[in-house]
Order: sequence, then structure tokens, then C-alpha cells
Amino acid sequence: MSKNGLNGKSGRLDVRKTYKMLIGGAFVRSESGRALDVEAPGGKWLGHVCRASRKDFRNAVVAARKAAAGWASTTAYLKGQILYRAAEMMEGRSSSLCEVLQSVGHSSAAAKSEVSQSIDLLVYYAGWADKYLQIFGSVNPVSSPYFNFSVTEPMGVVAYVAGEKRPLLDLVSGIAPIVVSGNSVITLSTGRSAVAAMELGEVLATSDIPHGVINLLCGLREELVGQMSSHMDVNALVVQGGDEKEHAASREACALNLKRYFLKSQGSNCDEDPYRIMDTVEIKTTWHPVGG
Amino acid sequence: MTESKISSKGSDWGYAPAPESADHFKLKEQYGLFLGGKFVPAGSGKRFATINPANEKTLAQVADAGEKDVDRAVKAARLAYDKVWRKMSGRERGKYLYRIARIIQERARELAVVESMDGGKPIRESRDVDIPLAAAHFFYHAGWADKLGYAFPGKSVGPIGVAGQIIPWNFPLLMVAWKVAPALACGNTVVLKPAETTPLTALLFSEICQEAGLPDGVFNCITGAGSTGAALVRHPGLDKVAFTGSTDVGKAIQKSLAGKATKLTLELGGKAANIIFEDAAIDQAVEGIINGIFFNQGHVCCAGSRLLVQESVEEEVVEKLKARMEHLIVGDPLDKNTDIGAINSKAQCERIQDYLKVGQEEGAELFQTKCAVPDKGYWIRPSFFTKVAQSHRIVQEEIFGPVLAIQSFRTLNEALEKANNTPYGLSGGVWTDKGAKIFKVTRGIKAGVIWANTFNKFDPASPFGGYKESGYGREGGRHGLRPYVELS
Repeated sequence: MSKNGLNGKSGRLDVRKTYKMLIGGAFVRSESGRALDVEAPGGKWLGHVCRASRKDFRNAVVAARKAAAGWASTTAYLKGQILYRAAEMMEGRSSSLCEVLQSVGHSSAAAKSEVSQSIDLLVYYAGWADKYLQIFGSVNPVSSPYFNFSVTEPMGVVAYVAGEKRPLLDLVSGIAPIVVSGNSVITLSTGRSAVAAMELGEVLATSDIPHGVINLLCGLREELVGQMSSHMDVNALVVQGGDEKEHAASREACALNLKRYFLKSQGSNCDEDPYRIMDTVEIKTTWHPVGG
Repeated sequence: MTESKISSKGSDWGYAPAPESADHFKLKEQYGLFLGGKFVPAGSGKRFATINPANEKTLAQVADAGEKDVDRAVKAARLAYDKVWRKMSGRERGKYLYRIARIIQERARELAVVESMDGGKPIRESRDVDIPLAAAHFFYHAGWADKLGYAFPGKSVGPIGVAGQIIPWNFPLLMVAWKVAPALACGNTVVLKPAETTPLTALLFSEICQEAGLPDGVFNCITGAGSTGAALVRHPGLDKVAFTGSTDVGKAIQKSLAGKATKLTLELGGKAANIIFEDAAIDQAVEGIINGIFFNQGHVCCAGSRLLVQESVEEEVVEKLKARMEHLIVGDPLDKNTDIGAINSKAQCERIQDYLKVGQEEGAELFQTKCAVPDKGYWIRPSFFTKVAQSHRIVQEEIFGPVLAIQSFRTLNEALEKANNTPYGLSGGVWTDKGAKIFKVTRGIKAGVIWANTFNKFDPASPFGGYKESGYGREGGRHGLRPYVELS
């Protein structure tokens, strides 16, 4: 708790942190100038986080789209290394990540466990980068003289609404399977989990992930989900949490540009699952003649 | 019978009519709905006529299913799912599919002729493409039924339940196969709604299910128009909806299912670019362009309806294309020499004619061949537009007819930019002699199926389906099983 509070012992006034969102590699406040209060479970005031506007989301889409082609064409080996590097950075900052989780109500043990699970999960998906295509692609035995094969390609720009139960892990378990295939992502964290997301932003900004590939917003779910599902330049929406009414409205709005919509299940038993990578890829099949 | 003639310059050489006979089978005067293994009339007693678009004669009367019939069909499918199909071993399910594949092969001639009569497509295509591929789809998926665990490593695989499937009129029996074979192989039961202009082969397929001894209710077929389809999609008893058709209807279906847990896959429209580079084998490419846009009268969602040709060979390609198009024989679908048959319906014919008008009003230049077309029936001469802009409706919208929009490009990147600049992403084509260029272009096109130095090839082992507004989900291959299984 020392980080943002007064530390009487040293007699020195702490330098508090301003939590900013990550868009296109830059730390920004909401263009709307709005902020939200974050309180610990007991009601203790922790600080402000940004309250992203719909315009912030649109800006993030522009940044994500700009980054998408480059990230998609980054080799699988390099994508794997970059995600692994991000895990290294998380490991290095695990104590501050733990601190943040504790500040929003986790016990010390729970915070440690969530941070190490998050790091391990990132390593897990980093390892899939140059393998999932071998599992999920195919060479197809067509009955004509053609070489026919199916590969996966990233969809492009994916929006992800993270749940609040596991502030860090819900975010990482959403981001990793989306970006490992070459998509760029815009995430929304809400409530208290926003501070963990913004902390993660500082980790990601110092890793090798290209600017714009991972964009982290925080704000109000009810304010932003509508824009995320109706935006015409977003290819897919992955959602955790939320109620049936929201899901129905989102699925309907996604029909505007036939955005792919996925409800992500929660819980540690489904975090490690390469089939999650398949949610946000397309299958492309190519025919090539075989002949002299 | 139409007199088909080659109308090329000064030639009197014509093809004598070579009609396929239609006397080896007899259509019934009327067909009921196929519910729970039996043919029954619609509850309302209503029927509608299905006609031959080549001569506007009525072929048969079919039942017009209403909401109550839909309900009966879904209940029959549910009963069959609970009592029989979900409990049956994959091996036994597969054996039924093998039987169906074999009977399609045995009745191939009849199915091909009926397909051409009901839908207007040339007999050469229904005989050589539609029917053999439909049989192949069942044969392919039959073998998956007891091997699904290998298709999804690390997961346990189960069926979803009752699937409602709505299919279009461009490949009537083939679409039955694309939809029904994977659904049944994975252990689901089906209520199928064929298109109102082409219900006959789906009804013959229902007979085939009886002949195969398929347990009652595993496959049900309800005929009717859009309102029947809407009633099916609305039905709360479905676990899964699969739709092939227009993007507008696909979007409406997604909206109507928004609040439900029903799973959905959509195979929708397309506006594929066929990209010809200067180093392509030009004569071969011209054949590819012809096949890309004039196959099945252009009633193909993955048709190569946009030609992107490199500027340096544009003139040559367009001239050769014109000459080749003048040799296309338009006429009687049952004639074995026919290249382009009848437009499927009056409504579609008017829609295409409307686009021909729109294209000209937008400033594009129309070319149509000079061939004669029959007086009766619905026909459109092979057509293309030049001087088109990327923003033109004839470039952005799916026409679903024998109408090609031609644009030129200078660089590979410009070709890709234009190819990807529509809301669709179903298919694409590239013609060049350079292997590296092929892979650069096939990677760059945002579409689900890419043909290199060929076009419009299909196979049950080859996944098919779109990016972007061409829908989601795949049909065919291992990937085509995914929409019909529950993984845990």
C-alpha cells in the first residue's frame, strides 16, 4: 500500500503514480478528460483511473489497425519470443503486480498465485506461436490434381472485454490467445481491475510488443460495449462477464459487419486451451495446380 | 429445344441439339413435406408450384410449410436425436451416410436431370459437378463419423443437437450435402429448408433417406419460401442454425438469434477478385475468367465477379475474353452442349437486369455477347463492364449473375488493395507464372478460399467459407466439422 499512500516511516512523501491507458504504445488519459475513482473493497480510496470514452475506443481501433498488418506478418518464432519477453518483464515486475492486486483486495498468497499464473499462461501461449498452425492447419487430399492446404490467418483487430474476478489473469488469458496468432487487441478493464490492467500496461510498454498491438482501456462496461460491438473496423469481439441482456445486444450489434462474437468462459480450467486461439483466426484454403 | 449455334464470325458450324433425355424417371405431381420419415401435406394444405426456368412450365406442386409444420419438423428431429441418433455409435451413423452416398451415385442421372430442370443449370454441370460432388460429400463425411476424436485432439467431442439448415437455389442438392453430411456425421439431426425455386432434389434426397433406411426424423425437409425459413430460425427448439444465402438475410438471422444460445454459421455473399498478372499464361487465364464468372450462370457466391488485370495485358485479355465469350452457348439447360443455362428465376433475372442498368448509369461500359436466347424462360447474355471504378455498385455488390466487372492495376500491391476493398471475403483468384508471386497474393487476399491458376474448384476435403461479411464457419474438410460439434 506504500506506493500510492503516505509513508510516514521514511518521512518522505511518496511520488504517486498516475494510471494511464495504453493506446498505440503511448500512455494517455481519456480524451474526454474524465476519471473514475477506484476504491479498495473496504472503501479505502486508491486513486483515479481513466474513464475511456467511445472516442478513445475508436482511437485505439485506429492504432490497432495500423499495427495489425505488421504484427500479422511477424514470424511465428519472433511472436513467440516477444510474448515470452513480455512474460520476462512481468516476472521482473511481479512484486509491483502483486502489490496492485493486494491493493484491490487480494490476500498476499492470492496475489502471488494470480501473478505467477498470469506469467505462466503468457509463457504457455508464447510456446504455441509456432505450433498451433501445425495442429490446426491441414493439407487436404482433394480428388483432382491440386495441392490444397488450409492455414490460419489472424482476423485483424479484436476487442476484448475482461471480467473483474481475476483482475490480471482474466486480462492476460484474454489477450494471449488473441495476439499470439497475429491479431491486435483492444481491451477494456472495468471496476477495480482497471488498476491491474494499467499496471500491466507499464509492463507491456517495456517489452518488445510493437506499439498498437495491445491497447489497454479502462472505463465503464455499459458505456463502451455498445461501441465495441458496433464498430465497423473491428473483426471480432470477445467478452467475459456481463449479463444476458448485454450479450444479446452485443451479438445483435455485431451483425452490422458480421463481427465474430465469443463469450469467453471463466476459470482456470479453461485458461490453457489452444482452441481459444482458433476463436480469432480465419481458415484460408489455397488451391494450386500440380502438373508439368 | 433450342437451336444452339456458334455465332462467331462467318461460321455456319453449329452444334446440333444434344438434349439429355428426361424419360427415365417420372416426377410426382405433388410432393409433401418430409417429416419424421414420411411425406405429409402441409397442415394448411397449401402448395406452390416449382417451375422450369428454361420454359416456365410447372414441374410439380410442393407443400408450403407453415409455422405448425416447422414445429412438427423440429419436434421430429428432437425425438430422433434423443431416442436414436445421439445414442448411435459413430460407426453405425457412418454406415447410413455411406448408404446415402451410394444411392446418390445410383440415381445420379435422374438427380442431374431434375437439378437442371428445376434450377436452370446446364446438364453438363449438374452431371459432372453437382451430383458427383454431393455423393462425394456424403462419402467423405461418412468416414469421419467414427473418427471425430482425431479431428479435435485434446477434446472430447459430442453433437450439438437439432440443426436448422437453410440453403440457396444455386447448387440445390450440393448444398443439401454440404449441410446435411457433416451435421449427421457429427451426430446431430436436421430440419432442412431448401430454396422455394429449387425444392425438387431435396425432396428426392428425402426419398433417398427413406431408401437408405435412415431412422425416422433424423433428416426432415420442409419446403416453403422465406417465411418458412424465418419460422425455422425463430423456433426455440433449435440448437444450431446454418444458413447459406445473401449477406442481408444472414445479418437478419444473426440479429434474430442474438438473445439465444443457438449456435450459428453463415455462408454468405462474395465479390471475388480474379487477378491476372502480365506473366500469366493468358489463354489459360481467359478460360479461368470464363469459368470464374460464367460457371452456373454466375449464380455462385464465390464467383470471380471482378477481374483485375495488369495494365500491360489488359487489352489482350479483354479482346481474348470477348472472342471466347462469343463462343459460349446460352440455352436449353438439358442440352449437353449448353455452357450457360437459364437464370434461376424471374426475380433473379430482373435483379441482374437492374444491375446491368445501374452499371451503365454509373458510367461503366457494358459488353454483351450477341448470341440468341430462347423466347420463353429467363436468360441473360454473358456480360462484362469496363471503365468501372472501385466505388461502383457493380464492383461493391454481389450481382449473382453472368456479369463481370473489369478493372486494371499496375502493381501487386494495387491489385491487393483493390481485391480487398469490398465488404466481402469469400474467395479470390490469382494467375501468374511465378510461384513466389502466387504465395504473396494468396496470402494478401483476405478471403477464405483462394485459387491459384485455377478457379471454382470444390472438394469435400477442402474447407470452404468466408472472411468479413461473407460469413463465418467452414464447410468441408476437418474444419467443416467444427460447426457441428460441442467440444469439452
